[in-house]
Amino acid sequence: MGDIGSAFGEAANLILALDRTLYGIVLLSLQVSLTAVAAATAIGLPLGAALAIRRFPGRPVLLVTINALMGLPPVVAGLLVYLLLSRAGPLGTLGLLFTPTAMVFAQTILVIPIVAGLSRQVLEDAWHEYEEQLRSLGATPAAAATTLLWDTRHSLVTVVLAGFGRAAAEVGAVMIVGGNIDGVTRVMTTTISLEASKGDLPLALGLGIILVAVVFAINAAAQIIKSAAVRRYG
Amino acid sequence: MLPLILEDLTFAARGRTIIDRVSCEFTPGPRTVILGPNGAGKSVLMRLCHGLLAPTAGRVVWRGGRDERRPRAQAMVFQRPVMLRRSAIGNVTYGLKLAGVAHAERNRRAQQVLDAVGLRAAAHEPARILSGGEQQKLALARAWALEPEVLFLDEPTANLDPGATREVETIVGEIHASGTKIVMTTHNLGQARRLGDEILFINAGRLAERAPVERFFAQPSTAEAASFIKGELPWN
Repeated sequence: MGDIGSAFGEAANLILALDRTLYGIVLLSLQVSLTAVAAATAIGLPLGAALAIRRFPGRPVLLVTINALMGLPPVVAGLLVYLLLSRAGPLGTLGLLFTPTAMVFAQTILVIPIVAGLSRQVLEDAWHEYEEQLRSLGATPAAAATTLLWDTRHSLVTVVLAGFGRAAAEVGAVMIVGGNIDGVTRVMTTTISLEASKGDLPLALGLGIILVAVVFAINAAAQIIKSAAVRRYG
Repeated sequence: MLPLILEDLTFAARGRTIIDRVSCEFTPGPRTVILGPNGAGKSVLMRLCHGLLAPTAGRVVWRGGRDERRPRAQAMVFQRPVMLRRSAIGNVTYGLKLAGVAHAERNRRAQQVLDAVGLRAAAHEPARILSGGEQQKLALARAWALEPEVLFLDEPTANLDPGATREVETIVGEIHASGTKIVMTTHNLGQARRLGDEILFINAGRLAERAPVERFFAQPSTAEAASFIKGELPWN
């Protein structure tokens, strides 16, 4: 009990002393996950919109695939990216393995199905409401998709946050493709995993506290923005 | 682009025929009211005319067959107004933008129609927080701004209280006076009398009768129309 208590105390000291190692790790984590979420949003939202509006051959298969991939285990995604980027792999010449770029790549793959699958649901509901009016006004599918994305933007914030949650929380993919190299590819989750197994509880706990705080802060901000928008726009 | 000609227009879904070989012609000028009981196929007929549904047989021909494409100079107002998540004026300029109207002209026309329907003060309110009556007036303004040659209205007052209904009817009259052909569905006999010049009576998917409004109500030529006017239920 005393050990755990002192670990919390040391963790608080690390956080309050703005420990350079600790904040370096936090910063890299945020850079990797936010970049991955941005990339996955840029790909996933148009994909979700296309699935919501268009009926094309192969759509049911694509829907099932995306829904299934929402539950893709991060270690499996990591393994696939590892095989792609390893020296013998098809993208091996790029030399990206064990770099932050590889970690962004792996997390993007994890987040795309979340953004595409959840946004498809939101956009399809909106499309049921809007379809006749937009077609009556002569909207092309591209114009209709843009309108739907804009009009559901407050719900889509939640979708993107779910994607961020997945990216920020996973260990398996960044561990495999990043290699958890000190000062280069070490992020919050991989550090917590490593330090906890080594018995260095203060650093693990400090990072754990920050990780939870970041996730809380982002979700609280999104909730405030969303409810303000709902009051404003109905 | 008028006349609009329907040739043996037929629409079936899930093995059920909803519109059954309707042939008629819509000419410029008179306000046409499509009248009939619930489930007669009025709304489906209107969606076929507007091009939102494709017929399973027969044709919708604009401009006497010279132009088969769906012309843009038409607009539709639905029973439940669909409001985009933007301001009232934003809803109007949205339609104008899709119609390819230049930016400055969009604002000018939007202001003008909002004035005309009495929504000037609400121009910058979010459309979705307007009342039901205001939303339907905004939907009329959005359609009117497009300066359509034909305006289709599908039971535009079915969800409104008497006050809002009267306002909507006045606006429809003004749109007609500005030179737009009105085609409207209703199952409300009073409204058909007030707003119609001619009646198309639809029953069980078929065009049962077409007549000027006075003659239709005074001397309906079919038994179905006669009993509909008397408030009986011929379709049971």
